[in-house]
Amino acid sequence: MMKDVTLGQYFSGNSVLHRADPRAKLMFAFFYIIVLFFAKSAASFGFALLFTIMMIAISGVPFKSVIRAVKPLVFIILFTALLNIFWTKGEKVLFEWKFIHIYLEGVIFALFMAVRIVLLVVGMTIALTYTTTPIALTDGIEALLNPLKKIKVPVHDFAMMMTIAMRFIPTLIEETDKIMDAQKARGADFENGGLIKKAKSLIPILIPLFVSSFKRADDLAVAMECRSYRGGEGRTKLKQLRYGKCDIVLFILAVVFVAGILLCNYFLPYISI
Amino acid sequence: MAEPFIIAENLSFTYTDDDGDATEALKNVSFTVNAGEYVAVLGHNGSGKSTLAKLLNVILTPTGGSLTVGGHKIHADMTEDDVFAVRRDVGMVFQNPDNQLVATVVEEDVAFGPENLGIPRDEIRMRVDDALKTVGMYDHRLSQPHRLSGGQKQRVAIAGVIAMMPKCIVFDESTAMLDPRGRADVMANIRKLNDDFGITVLHITHYMDEAVMADRIIVVNDGEIYRDGTPKEVFKDVDGLRRVGLDVPQGRELLYELSLGGIKFNDNPIDIENCANLILEKYNAKKD
Repeated sequence: MMKDVTLGQYFSGNSVLHRADPRAKLMFAFFYIIVLFFAKSAASFGFALLFTIMMIAISGVPFKSVIRAVKPLVFIILFTALLNIFWTKGEKVLFEWKFIHIYLEGVIFALFMAVRIVLLVVGMTIALTYTTTPIALTDGIEALLNPLKKIKVPVHDFAMMMTIAMRFIPTLIEETDKIMDAQKARGADFENGGLIKKAKSLIPILIPLFVSSFKRADDLAVAMECRSYRGGEGRTKLKQLRYGKCDIVLFILAVVFVAGILLCNYFLPYISI
Repeated sequence: MAEPFIIAENLSFTYTDDDGDATEALKNVSFTVNAGEYVAVLGHNGSGKSTLAKLLNVILTPTGGSLTVGGHKIHADMTEDDVFAVRRDVGMVFQNPDNQLVATVVEEDVAFGPENLGIPRDEIRMRVDDALKTVGMYDHRLSQPHRLSGGQKQRVAIAGVIAMMPKCIVFDESTAMLDPRGRADVMANIRKLNDDFGITVLHITHYMDEAVMADRIIVVNDGEIYRDGTPKEVFKDVDGLRRVGLDVPQGRELLYELSLGGIKFNDNPIDIENCANLILEKYNAKKD
């Protein structure tokens, strides 16, 4: 049931992308996004598209799931595309009616923008959420932000909070199920009525959930203290992040990507923005 | 061997609520627990047994008398380092298995304690594997805690404490939320820790059949020690225990009821097998 909801959308696998160090993947994803914004010509967008498809193939994540990740964004993509079509001014008019002018440049720009957003999302999910467990991701973020500790940013505490939040999501979902059943047994109705009535019917679920969460938080804090938790200072880790061969592959991929985009921009500048 | 690990002298603890009303949870309690002993603490709800557990781990500090745990004197003005020194020696397993697991993967959770102690990674790995093997959860080391049963979660919690290598483990009603199978599992593990590793065990419970497994039982009632002795001695006084809201193990109860009916036994065993043998003996004697 609801209990089986997986955290994030991790697909287990053993590809290069799965085995790479989360820090390397985070940096790679960041780099990938920046480079995507360098793309200017049709050729470079084509190259980015091919590159991203190749990444999906490497990761072994089914294409269907990748499409599922993009689906919720269809509205945003259409919206930005429409805005770009109507608002971009250019030289070559394609269509004119009263105050509406659509230029060829606008259409091209809208198309490029749409491709860019799709690639952005797909790249992020492939490099990160689909191939990295939430815990590895947290570890990676903590390790990368580590230098910020010098200026007193509580990096470790945030990472610990993230871990605990992830640990308790399934527990709280289970608890919500239980409370809903208990309230249903008392005659609560969650299905009927308008939006306001439905929202109101959530109150008898949320209040007990909050109360029990505070109780849990209290228990957990005591349990953590009993296990000698005293913040990040002097702590060691069972799992040490280590760069390996897979990270070299990621590095090469990143170089190929940026080189490809820049070369396409320079040597194949047809239909560029 | 018989070195005292916990020494309580006239130990008191008083809760003060927001209105300033004071409740005495423990009143002038004195007892000693030796290193390597397995002691059950029995008492009905509100008898003060959980307060006792919290004092041993410096979650609370005594309001009167003195308490020494593993050579550390426990009082209100301990430094943080002293407090953690005690917690290093005394591990604790709580009642709700869900509320004491921290990490999203079993082995990472077991590693949590040793990580906090700043132990080198290779040794953590060894300790985690050993602890998980001890409680029989090694095959589940990569599982997510929420996919385990209550008993399994509690075993992971025990592994988390073992991995810190404490001298003493306090079980604060750790079986109360488990099904019978989970309880049996956890009890077997507690026994093993005491037998094989010589860990001092303080098991706080209100199940009689669990208390029977201990070497010694301390019965707490209204903040005072009501009885202190071997299970056999403690369960001899059926009337007295009932007066303080406690039961006795079933076999013992049957013998007691029979003796009220006029059948006298010359022994008062507490485990089912011995009780059955005794009744059988009496029955055969009567038949002849």
